[in-house]
Amino acid sequence: MLHIVNKSPAERTALASCLAHARAGHALILIEDAVYAATKGGAAALAAAPAGLAVYVLAPDLQARGLAGKLADGVTAVDYKGFVDLAAAQPRVQSWL
Amino acid sequence: MSEGLTKKFMFVNRKAPYGTVYALEALEVVLISAAFDQDVSLAFVDDGVYQLVKGQDTKAAGMKNFSPTYRALEGYDIEKLYVERESLESRGLAEAELLVDVQVLGAAEMAALMDEQDVLLSF
Repeated sequence: MLHIVNKSPAERTALASCLAHARAGHALILIEDAVYAATKGGAAALAAAPAGLAVYVLAPDLQARGLAGKLADGVTAVDYKGFVDLAAAQPRVQSWL
Repeated sequence: MSEGLTKKFMFVNRKAPYGTVYALEALEVVLISAAFDQDVSLAFVDDGVYQLVKGQDTKAAGMKNFSPTYRALEGYDIEKLYVERESLESRGLAEAELLVDVQVLGAAEMAALMDEQDVLLSF
């Protein structure tokens, strides 16, 4: 499963709920305002991530917010093509609104 | 539609009713999906559990009370309603306060169920 989160963890519970339902072997991509969770200052929001969850961030959204230099450890930045590859590699996708 | 084309659809409801249109829109799509003979289930997680609280009365607020529709789902062969235990408990709600029969699952069981689906639609 590819989990997609697009809301800031400070504003919504989408990321917390996603992490509570993600399982080993799944992937998570943080896009739009969720990219704040992929930064050194905001990655505490990822503390509850289960073991074996691969975490990605959409680089264009990180760059747009001026945070490209603050990527948190353990998070992999991908471009739009990488996003598509992640979706294609997983059997299903779940968007956490 | 042939059996071979039946897919497992789960509608994941995480938002309270009335404040936004998500809950009502989810119901509309669920009813549409029933027409296609798919294996449909509904999950109620986080504030989504508020959708099923008994005794909703929208008259004074001037809005449509769509909560009776959840009880009508059975008539469309939609009988798999799953509610997350942690979401109920953290909101001080009990299963007996819900307006329809549901299966209460822990978050880990809910996660496993989500993992079995072909399609997940979030509202």
